[in-house]
Amino acid sequence: MNLSPFTQEHDLLRKVVREWVDTEIAPHLGKWEGAGDFPDEIFHRAGELGFLGLAFPESAGGQGGDYWTQVVFLEEVGRVSQAIAMVLSVQTDMATPPILEFGTRDQIDRWLRPALRGVSIGAIGITEPDTGSDVASIRTRAVRDGDEWVLNGSKMYITNGARADFITMVVRTGDHDADNPWSGISMFIVDTSLPGFDVSKKLEKSGMKLSDTALLYMDDMRLPADALLGVEGEGFKQIMWELQGERLGVSVFGVAGARALLDEAVRYAREREAFGRPIGDFQAVSHRLADMATEVEAVEALVYECCDLWNHRTYATEEVAMAKLAVGQLSSRVADVAVQTLGGAGLVEGSFVSREWLGMRIGRIGGGSDEVQRQILARIMGIG
Amino acid sequence: MSGIEPLFREEHDAYREAARRFVSEVIAPHAEDWEKARDYPRDLFSKVGTAGFFGAKFSDEWGGTGPDFAAEAVWIEELSRGLTYGTAADLGAHSQLASLYVDRFGDDDLKNRYLRPSIEGSKLGALAITEPGTGSDVNAIVTRARHDGDEWVITGSKVFITNGSWSDYVVLAARTGDDPGHENITLFVVEADSPGFDRARMDLIAWHTSHTGELFLDDVRVPDENRLGDVGSGFRHIMSNFQWERLMMALSAVTLAQLSLETGLAYARERKAFGRPIIGFQVWQHRFADLATRIRTGRALTYRALRLHIAAETGTSVPRAELVRLTSMAKLHTQRLAWQAADECVQVHGGAGALMEYPAQRLWRDTRVGPIGGGTDDIMRNIIAATMGLGAA
Repeated sequence: MNLSPFTQEHDLLRKVVREWVDTEIAPHLGKWEGAGDFPDEIFHRAGELGFLGLAFPESAGGQGGDYWTQVVFLEEVGRVSQAIAMVLSVQTDMATPPILEFGTRDQIDRWLRPALRGVSIGAIGITEPDTGSDVASIRTRAVRDGDEWVLNGSKMYITNGARADFITMVVRTGDHDADNPWSGISMFIVDTSLPGFDVSKKLEKSGMKLSDTALLYMDDMRLPADALLGVEGEGFKQIMWELQGERLGVSVFGVAGARALLDEAVRYAREREAFGRPIGDFQAVSHRLADMATEVEAVEALVYECCDLWNHRTYATEEVAMAKLAVGQLSSRVADVAVQTLGGAGLVEGSFVSREWLGMRIGRIGGGSDEVQRQILARIMGIG
Repeated sequence: MSGIEPLFREEHDAYREAARRFVSEVIAPHAEDWEKARDYPRDLFSKVGTAGFFGAKFSDEWGGTGPDFAAEAVWIEELSRGLTYGTAADLGAHSQLASLYVDRFGDDDLKNRYLRPSIEGSKLGALAITEPGTGSDVNAIVTRARHDGDEWVITGSKVFITNGSWSDYVVLAARTGDDPGHENITLFVVEADSPGFDRARMDLIAWHTSHTGELFLDDVRVPDENRLGDVGSGFRHIMSNFQWERLMMALSAVTLAQLSLETGLAYARERKAFGRPIIGFQVWQHRFADLATRIRTGRALTYRALRLHIAAETGTSVPRAELVRLTSMAKLHTQRLAWQAADECVQVHGGAGALMEYPAQRLWRDTRVGPIGGGTDDIMRNIIAATMGLGAA
């Protein structure tokens, strides 16, 4: 019976990703977080190294690996920074999979291939200033005009939004129908170089400061006919499909981050002395960390079960909602235990633990809040 | 091959089907009566044995059908669904503890005399370690066995011995030397009808049907051929079997948590308040969603540990420390979970949650044993902390 889902090839890949993360990302995180920015070069390098298309088929410019190769990648990045994991996951698990799934050959050649090479940066555009979890209430609208679409509206909290070359966007193409609220929505690949697109504001956040999160305006933006992704009117279904991979991706790097924070707290508890002994010798400290280690192990086991389902192309809405909910809760709790264990050192600006504590809070809000996951689960259980 | 190998195969599905039918026909219909009577017929053991459900983890050499620990896990899960957990605990003490000890540490003679009839269900066993002054701290036991010719003379007492108030034999731990070290602990198979062996059934708030007993041994003479393993090997054997015992508890706890969820949900759908079913309130929808998530998480962790056990049982080299770490985590995580799930089940029942005619209170009482028995939550935390290089003092 095999005890690890990973093969030797995955282990080799892990070594390569880890080396890249340790040399080209980790040393700069403090600086980037302080500056509220990071170089586009990260995307270019990740693309060059083949990390942006690990689980995409070779026929679309990917590496042709299984989902576990993507798990390796997200874990290794998530281990050092939730913020960098998020911006890369937006590229690999959010903006691009719908193009592969719903796109035409031309769309794949034009948008997906360069994105997997890292020469083009993507974002996913769902949330608006007045609507987040409630996707069916979006108001950004595309109206057909001859061969073109005219796009008007705004999108909010868009990660990579200020630097994106394209945005995989969900917009309204028909009127809101109270009886069928999921109709009249379509997906587009929005080329941000076209006139009428404006990054109105880079938002300042409490955590994941290095990533650009933007408020975007589209003002009479004219999109060509082939900007439509998939089927007109099927956008809601398509974006719900996208959200599964998105939520699983953030779960994978979230639990990896939680494990890294736990490791850091354990390391500190073994070294730091108080009252004449390592603080890890105090049962109150060691038991709290034992509890956290147990939770990390349990939630990781759940996430891996989801990854296995996903790898077998099983559309596991229930399991993914559980994983997303469990990881969000776990990671912010583990981060808090890490801060408590480090004491004053956990409050120093720019330290690994303080930075990730700030970032982890986003996990329970982004990609569908805890409450949305619970509502999904309640619906699946037949009670919501 | 990458990915997660399935834990259960096709034959396990059939086994689960058979186990579920057996529990729903032979146990579940009587659960309420047995709970009320705080007792059940002793011939349940021979029914389970005849149906083959004591045999999955034992070799056919002794009347088993295995060893197949995945099948055993299936039986444990299905048995827990019988809603009379004291009964399941008795059957577990007999099979997962006493029988398994004889299988693992006994010679052919002991296996013939005790394991074979245990698998048949014609001879009932129990495991006796805990004493009035010592539970989690196994090394502190004081029951003494003195060598006398080719016999041992045992004096002492044991408490909280599940299935012990009516078993035919007990696998008992005693000190075989004066020094307090754990190299002086030895296991014996003691016949319950031996002169000087006395016992009483204990009244517990949980496990009402269980025959949990306290044992008194006053110069009980045991032949040397009933020594289980080498002199001084007892502590090591106890520690090694703890892993399976704890994993078994985790498997049961996850199933009981699931039962609490199902029981609570069924009530919440029926019972109306403020003009709608209780389940119409979002707080309850979300509470159940949380609970379902935590149960699924607990199961994933437990299966992760089970996978390691099965690998170890089937010849894969598994680091002992990793087996202990994961099993301790599974035990710690799931015992509290089962009780919390039952507590929510009681809560959604409102006043009915306190009524003896509803199973909610029973789930709640019975699952409270989990964080104490088989090594307390705090013992688990000590073990897990030690695997991370943290002191447990």
